[in-house]
Amino acid sequence: MCIKGLKTLLLGAAAAFALASAASAGTLTIESWRNDDAQIWKDKIIPAFEKAHPDIKIEFTPTAPKEYNAALNAKLEGGTAGDIITCRPFDASLELYNKGYLVSLNELSTMSNFSDVAKSAWTTDDGKTTFCVPMASVIHGFIYNKDIFKELGLEEPKTEDEFFAVLEKIKANGAYVPLVLGTNDQWESATMGFQNIGPNYWKGEEGRKALIDGTGKLTDPAYFSTFATLAKWAPYLGDGFKAQTYPDSQNLFGLGKGAIYAAGSWDISTFRAQKVNMGAFKPPLPAGATECYISDHTDIGIGMNAKTKNPADAKVFLEWIGSEEFANILGNELPGFFPLSNAKVTLSDDVAQTFVNWRGECKSTIRNSYQILSRGTPNLENEMWNVSAQVINGAMTPDAAAKQLQDGLAKWYAPQQK
Amino acid sequence: MPQGAYLRLLLFFLGPAVLVYSLFSIYPLLATIINSLYSRQNDGAYLWEGLGNFRTLLLDPTWSVPFWNALRNNFIFFLIHMCVQNPIGLLLAALLSLPRLRFRATYRTLIFMPTMLSVVVIGFVWQLILSPLWGIARMFLNFFGLGFLFAPWLGVESSALITVSLISVWQFVGIPMILIYTALLAIPDELIDAATVDGLNQFQAFVWVKLPLIWPTIGLVSILTFVNNFNAFDLIYAMKGALAGPNFSTDIMGTLFYRTFFGNQLQLGNPSMGSAIATMMLIVILTGVMVYLFLVQRRIQRYSF
Repeated sequence: MCIKGLKTLLLGAAAAFALASAASAGTLTIESWRNDDAQIWKDKIIPAFEKAHPDIKIEFTPTAPKEYNAALNAKLEGGTAGDIITCRPFDASLELYNKGYLVSLNELSTMSNFSDVAKSAWTTDDGKTTFCVPMASVIHGFIYNKDIFKELGLEEPKTEDEFFAVLEKIKANGAYVPLVLGTNDQWESATMGFQNIGPNYWKGEEGRKALIDGTGKLTDPAYFSTFATLAKWAPYLGDGFKAQTYPDSQNLFGLGKGAIYAAGSWDISTFRAQKVNMGAFKPPLPAGATECYISDHTDIGIGMNAKTKNPADAKVFLEWIGSEEFANILGNELPGFFPLSNAKVTLSDDVAQTFVNWRGECKSTIRNSYQILSRGTPNLENEMWNVSAQVINGAMTPDAAAKQLQDGLAKWYAPQQK
Repeated sequence: MPQGAYLRLLLFFLGPAVLVYSLFSIYPLLATIINSLYSRQNDGAYLWEGLGNFRTLLLDPTWSVPFWNALRNNFIFFLIHMCVQNPIGLLLAALLSLPRLRFRATYRTLIFMPTMLSVVVIGFVWQLILSPLWGIARMFLNFFGLGFLFAPWLGVESSALITVSLISVWQFVGIPMILIYTALLAIPDELIDAATVDGLNQFQAFVWVKLPLIWPTIGLVSILTFVNNFNAFDLIYAMKGALAGPNFSTDIMGTLFYRTFFGNQLQLGNPSMGSAIATMMLIVILTGVMVYLFLVQRRIQRYSF
């Protein structure tokens, strides 16, 4: 009924888990939030590893994404967490390392397969220690329904003007929802909206780093323009988008009722399952921009529980996660999650390949709220969810949104207080 | 009885309850309060703060704005339950206790059913019913020619909290109904017969005879509603997430506590501030219960038959 119930639930889950893992020694259990991928882990990834290492057994035990951080923390504190921990990027995992729940993985030989940018999400601020093996990144862009585009005679838009012209045509036709995005869950507005089109405005890494060192402010024209563009999306969204949840959005596009989907690449496999004939285009260029930027966000890493009873086996597994073999399996079995390894990977999914090609055409950046800037209160990421949803809802002006973000950040972040 | 035997008997009967309550109720409560007086450092060590966390919570706008917002929303949440759920519960109980009612057990079971369902199911079902994309709410309104009234209620700042509250009312209306219904059944028929002989009709007999006899139960229902509403969390979390949007319009104490204690996405959990919020929840509930016990409970007349 209340919080007490929740606590009991967490404790119960942790206890059940402890019993399960005590049952067989020599087994490594993996904590993860990717319950969508459980089947692929069971059918493809784990068998591939166990074939090469028959003496080590792997068990994949995911939690629902929104409970993951809370559940994992409770399990770690109670000493019942699994041997292998899937790492959220940046501070959530850094805190686990600082508290001694994760260990340094510097000595893994396959760590050299990763660039510093790939490792940045799981490295201490001084750059000396990496505590999770980078596993995958996700890329933002727009997925569109090829059949609808063909029916209405539309082309992939390259500029923002073309983008809105395309939306206008779909709206005039009236049979389909032009742009699929809901604001009920809030993160959709921030992640698929703000962080999707934003890098083109704030020039990717340049703007992101300027915020961190204090030379750039969230009230700069780049952020205002991002919000102003988001506000223009509203007339093209589905009826009642204010109460549209993320699963609603997925179904709207998956069932062929929506033409363009503001995407994260991880949605590819969902839409493949629904047999959508789809293509993808990168965030269209704003007027006057010549260079393109994409959000290529380091999203998943994988590390070792400091209290594992089986550190030797765990390291063997983590070495394998860093190998080319794993990069190939991951890239092809989970289209939309792109391996961060330097290994050359060919993807069999054409839409996933389209996404990954943008890495060569545009400059990559990560979501600007993730590194350092979400350490204080008010939390910048939470604020971005809130204001992005409000801007799209028309409940807040782009000016006010930018100002609220800047004021919140300046409250606690010293470089922004100058 | 010799004193030794008496003590052993006391231990036998009270021991288990004392043990269970101490372990699962009193200890966590004390631990929470103690926790709220410390702050956690980055290296995991705890530092004595005294009332510092409470000062921050009530005076620093970064914390106090969300706190007062959550408290205000929680009062609205409670008032909607008091003004909608309990009167409807009373009405349903009165109807159920009518002497010549057919299918009494069926109605009772059906109305009580949602109470036993998981909130996750309730949240999901209502989100579907009210969904502007697939929901039947719009079709239903259209059928009566009222389609223009439809709005994405759950996603609009002005209506989201009311909508969530009413869904909760729908779920829990069975509880006041069943409690009041039981109290009504306990009223001896002789009293009603006497009132009828004195010339009162059904309605008058309800207002002048039955209602005064069930005031204690209505008081109990009110205080249960109060405690449950200020501990509420799950329905809002299931429907609106931990950020309780839009713009925190559905944020109540439970969601604020959850977000603070366990964290959200990039926000790390803060156990000591979370405990401070939990302690404030305890104080609010305790105040409410005290007011009830000292001001209301004492004035309620009880009759024994």
